[in-house]
Amino acid sequence: MIPAAFEYERAESVDEAIDLLGRFGEEAKLLAGGQSLLSLMKLRLAFPTALVDIGRIAGLAYVRGDGDRIAIGAMTTHEDVHRSELLQEACPLLAHAAGEVGDPQVRHVGTIGGSVAHADPASDVPTVLLTLEADLVVRGPGGERTVPATEFFKGTFEPDLAAQDVLTEIRVRRTTGLGWSYVKFHPRAQDWAIVGIATLVQRANGGIGTARVGLTNMGPVPIRAAAFEQALTSGADVREAAERVVEGTSPVSDPFASAEYRTELAKVLARRAVEEAIGRP
Amino acid sequence: MTQTAEATQEQAKRYVGGGVLRKEDPELLTGQARFIDDIALPGMLWVGVVRSPFAHARINGVDGSRALELPGVVAVLSGEELAGDWEAGLPCAWPIATRSWPTPTDEDPRMPDHWPVAHDKARFVGDPVAVVVADSRAHAKDALEAVDVDYEPLEPVLDVEQALGGDAPRCHEDLGDNRCYTWTLENGEVERVFSEAPVVVKERYRHPRLIPNAIEPRGVVVQPAPAQGEFTMWSATQIPHIAKVTLSLTTGIPESKLRVIAPDVGGGFGSKLNVYAEEAVCLAVARRLGLPVKWIEERSENYLGTIHGRGVVQDMELAATEEGKVVGVRARVLADFGAYLQLVAPGIPLLGAFIYHGLYDPEAYLFECTGVFTNRTPTDAYRGAGRPEATYAIERTIDALARRLGKDPVELRRRNFIPPFDEPRATAGGLEFDSGNYPATLDKALELADYEGLRREQAERRARGDGKALGIGLATYIEMCGLAPSQVLSALKYGAGGWDAATIRCHPTGKVTVVTGTSPHGQGHVTSWAQIAADELGVAFEDVEVLHGDTAIAPLGMDTYGSRSLAVGGIALWNAAQKIKEKAKRIAAHDLEVSPDDLEWTDGKFQVRGVPDKSKTIPDVAFAAWTAHSLPDDVEPGLEATHVYDPPNFTFPAGAHVCAVEVDTETGEVEILKYVAVDDCGNVINPTIVEGQVHGGVAQGIAEALYEEAVYDDAGNLLTSSMHSYRIPSAAELPSFVTDRTVTPSSTNPMGVKGVGEAGTIAAPAAVMNAVADALAPLGVTKIDLPATPERVWRAIRDAKGGAQ
Repeated sequence: MIPAAFEYERAESVDEAIDLLGRFGEEAKLLAGGQSLLSLMKLRLAFPTALVDIGRIAGLAYVRGDGDRIAIGAMTTHEDVHRSELLQEACPLLAHAAGEVGDPQVRHVGTIGGSVAHADPASDVPTVLLTLEADLVVRGPGGERTVPATEFFKGTFEPDLAAQDVLTEIRVRRTTGLGWSYVKFHPRAQDWAIVGIATLVQRANGGIGTARVGLTNMGPVPIRAAAFEQALTSGADVREAAERVVEGTSPVSDPFASAEYRTELAKVLARRAVEEAIGRP
Repeated sequence: MTQTAEATQEQAKRYVGGGVLRKEDPELLTGQARFIDDIALPGMLWVGVVRSPFAHARINGVDGSRALELPGVVAVLSGEELAGDWEAGLPCAWPIATRSWPTPTDEDPRMPDHWPVAHDKARFVGDPVAVVVADSRAHAKDALEAVDVDYEPLEPVLDVEQALGGDAPRCHEDLGDNRCYTWTLENGEVERVFSEAPVVVKERYRHPRLIPNAIEPRGVVVQPAPAQGEFTMWSATQIPHIAKVTLSLTTGIPESKLRVIAPDVGGGFGSKLNVYAEEAVCLAVARRLGLPVKWIEERSENYLGTIHGRGVVQDMELAATEEGKVVGVRARVLADFGAYLQLVAPGIPLLGAFIYHGLYDPEAYLFECTGVFTNRTPTDAYRGAGRPEATYAIERTIDALARRLGKDPVELRRRNFIPPFDEPRATAGGLEFDSGNYPATLDKALELADYEGLRREQAERRARGDGKALGIGLATYIEMCGLAPSQVLSALKYGAGGWDAATIRCHPTGKVTVVTGTSPHGQGHVTSWAQIAADELGVAFEDVEVLHGDTAIAPLGMDTYGSRSLAVGGIALWNAAQKIKEKAKRIAAHDLEVSPDDLEWTDGKFQVRGVPDKSKTIPDVAFAAWTAHSLPDDVEPGLEATHVYDPPNFTFPAGAHVCAVEVDTETGEVEILKYVAVDDCGNVINPTIVEGQVHGGVAQGIAEALYEEAVYDDAGNLLTSSMHSYRIPSAAELPSFVTDRTVTPSSTNPMGVKGVGEAGTIAAPAAVMNAVADALAPLGVTKIDLPATPERVWRAIRDAKGGAQ
């Protein structure tokens, strides 16, 4: 309820945020929407010595087309991602999944960049960006670099971000013509996923041409279900293929669900997710 | 006898029975309500409580020196240092001893010491072991982490059955073992009936511990007046009156110098029907320092330091004939009281003890309960308190009997119902029910649910092997409310009376003040009491002000819990109004120069019989009584009356709920498709408030059935210790409810009311779980326990198929 004492500075620009992170040192954290970080601080599970607030930096919240890509500012709220007509039309998987995050209050304050940088394997957005093979634009003292989502999530709460790095933009490809789904199994609307399955499929010759499947909360990081993808594209029956969705996963047991249940649930949901995606124009 | 709700509407008085808007809502909706945390006093210090991280540990020392060096920290007090501040431990007002009812017991109740701050051992995770005082809430919070407590961890005892084993660790060494009591009630020849019955079903049900989760956590503010030795305590409590009496005993502050105020209180569900360590601590600290102090509970503290509910293991047996007539009921209950006895904990199972036969009429009846100490948060009253447990046991077992006999659960219930009655009637548990028409209530519920249609759809789904299984569940229930005649409470060893009080003050300007001894915290008494007073006195609803929750303003009262407020406090108010009218009639007759016998009470005023233009209203009389210019001999000036009402019996609301669920047989997910609640709470004062109570109660009961469970690890740590991990459903998870009523007025009281505060919570867990069990039965599932989470349902289905592949 009451966090430990910390310093606070509001950055006016990304460059200033990078400087402030340098000044405060390793134990400083960036504050975006605060929907994950502030809860952890209030429960005294996180004790940053300083917060660098990037919430007021102009020009970090946007969704804009850029050729076959769409660029999303890191400080765009989940709600704005969800409501973006461009994303709804050209990348509906992301627009839909953003609407599944938390509850309305969280979605209006929490940001896509904050969610990605938090790197929680139970979060929806990282899984979806992994499935979309998004690129993440990161700026640090040495300049800007682009990290593929497939390499960004190094461990639980461990993004590929150095102490002074600021995630500034997320770039996704248009998915026009692909079937998609995000199936989130959660007992209550506001809960994290017990298991989540993101899919993108391309139909071909009555079967599945390409398939990308991402898993939420089935391991320490968001996971691509490579064996399942391969089985789907090699013509296996969806139900049989779904048995392979759990290969390479390592779900946890917690008060919400045992690892055993998560494993069996993932198979059921994977089948349903692919069937839903196939049925979606 | 039983009327429909519509028929009573026609007879409605001006306000009673109508859905007037709540008087409470403007301040609540515009943020002007004053809750405990809105209170700030000049010079106020903040109290924080150091809580044990161990379920069971010896306390070898408390070192506050590091904390005292932190900014703003005023004091650190260990349990040992505070030991001299107490005249007595925290109260348990229901000291129950081992007994076979109704034979009197010669055993002493086993009451462990319960000091506000532990000094020998910590007995649960969250047990207060020291107190810090600082100049701000943040400083107090920081100081908590700097208090060094030398703990020697001991093996905890966590499970009620293990706790009764001879080699179990002891929660309280001086008691010898972990048993609090074994209390038995037996009527009829139980052994014979069970041995001769052709059919006996036996079921075991585990109720997890539930965490009440009032949306406003607890909090205390104390203002001392050192020169006078007086203390004013504001507390987020349901029971300012009981708190005043008991805290005066705990702290030694004379009761005459202690004023307790319950400000606006944001929900209780029984969790604020208690007297807590933090109340005693704040009084003691304020007394030591001579300064006002404040403590506000954090949500995560609430999960550990505020009472839990339920936590019972029930073995339920029914003896029946082949035709399905229930002839015997045998219930054996193990109740987890946790580490200490809170205010009424030992009595909670007794609130169900008499009604494990539900609405049925067996010839033999046995109830036995053993209360057990464990190293977990103390349990106590949680919405329904004993009656949901009883209802769950009988209603689930009736369904088990129906499955055994291959009968429809509706048919089986009809066969066994106590037939309609409107005069008090003896029952198998030994109580006298006041009135009831159970078939009428069930019929209405079945009709609203389209029971036949649901069964048809179920048959179709089963025929086509639908992966979404349809389940239909019923729960009928009987509730004992209006606790209770004081003499009965005495026989049950309850430490207080069952009465309540009301005062009506008629002002010379025509306005009316009602002072009630009930202490609402969401129930809308200000509205309902104003409706009653306005109708009885012939004044406008807007002209009635209702005061409550302050022992200086309402010195007489027994507060709000157990669906008692209307059936006791409301009747006290009604009686006070009759006293007002008796006195007013004499003054009116004097003014009109007629005999009191010539006056009749018509259209809300005294009127001379046959002379409609000669009349006096209560405001007329109030003015005359105030000027006192011309009063009859021996009539005192003023128009004010107090009535203290001790009910002659409990009231017995009843009802029938029907639930239809869809179970995803692949994932175990349960979705409620339909929920119908038909309740009979007797006459209704405010239908909107009644409906609100039923909606909230059903939601809480569904939560109990499908979502809520306090989960502990093997070391006694609560794993579900936040709103993230302890799942309370929101509107998004709940269906629309269909609610209706039948009206069978109580024969116990003049308003014919019964109480409705807990009805939904009593019926819903059984209705939902019967529906889940009904859905799963064709899959071979014979056992499913609370709560029916997706994983638990999935496991039940898998195990019925023959275990893991």
